[in-house]
Amino acid sequence: METIKIQGTEDTPRIILDAENDILEISGRSLPEDVAAFYEPVLNWLKDYGENPKDKTIFNFKLTYFNTASSKLLLDILMILEELKEKGNDILIRWHYPEEDEDMEEAGDEYADIVDVPFEKVSY
Amino acid sequence: MDKKPDVKGFLEFVYEFYKTMKAHEITLVYEGEITHQITKAFTSLTESNMSKDDEPNSVQRRVFHVMVECLQNISKHADDFTSHDYLFSGRGIFLVSKGENEYSVTTGNAVENDKIGYLTDLLESINTMGKEELKELYKKQMKEGRLSEKGGAGLGFIDIKRKTNRELEYHFLPITNDTSFFLLTSTISRSDI
Repeated sequence: METIKIQGTEDTPRIILDAENDILEISGRSLPEDVAAFYEPVLNWLKDYGENPKDKTIFNFKLTYFNTASSKLLLDILMILEELKEKGNDILIRWHYPEEDEDMEEAGDEYADIVDVPFEKVSY
Repeated sequence: MDKKPDVKGFLEFVYEFYKTMKAHEITLVYEGEITHQITKAFTSLTESNMSKDDEPNSVQRRVFHVMVECLQNISKHADDFTSHDYLFSGRGIFLVSKGENEYSVTTGNAVENDKIGYLTDLLESINTMGKEELKELYKKQMKEGRLSEKGGAGLGFIDIKRKTNRELEYHFLPITNDTSFFLLTSTISRSDI
């Protein structure tokens, strides 16, 4: 499977989708100008990955900021992962948040409420 | 023709304007089209100012959140009028002020009068909601809502109320028979909460 590596900028997150090395990660800031267009390749990659997933899939979110439009797209990503879990795959979400950032921690709790996927919170 | 008196009058106006800004503790004011570039520039400017002032991280994060959502409200929702230049789509006024105890982010943009009812109902219903209700509404809207053509998720006002923990203060002022100026101001406490 092709690897996706997108460098982070001041308004777009760094993204690594590397099935071979088991690195699935979104980090940094997310307020892209066109949020749907920015996340489209990520959603497509995950759908392709779902055709032939690894035995265990760990997806890391390590965002420091995301706007409300991005929050909707992050949920789309989580919903694809939820589908994979429903099909019997071993899926884990790791939600990383800065230790003192209660809002980011709470955002993780909210996603964990919405989607039925094992969620692990990691403070740093 | 001697233009000097006009120039002097203008410069005096600029000084009055400056004093008014100072009196209202306005640190940033902008009128015009709100683009993504503008959003990035203003947020990064305010961020570096707050960082210089050693604002607590939580305050910085909340001001950043509110600024982005306010700016995107205008860029994604400001009405598309063609008859008047100043009512052009995506245009508006944007102010940031910094007082002793709080930051305020204020936006103003033209809306068609037939949207006032919808906006008032939306803002009033958000204002009556407590923390838990807002959280549930946010989750529901995130799940069920769709992105608009311009990329709005219908979550901005909810997010602002949640981040500021204060009522959304707003006002409509008539421009013409069919249009009004919609003003919204959000206040973020400077104490670390």
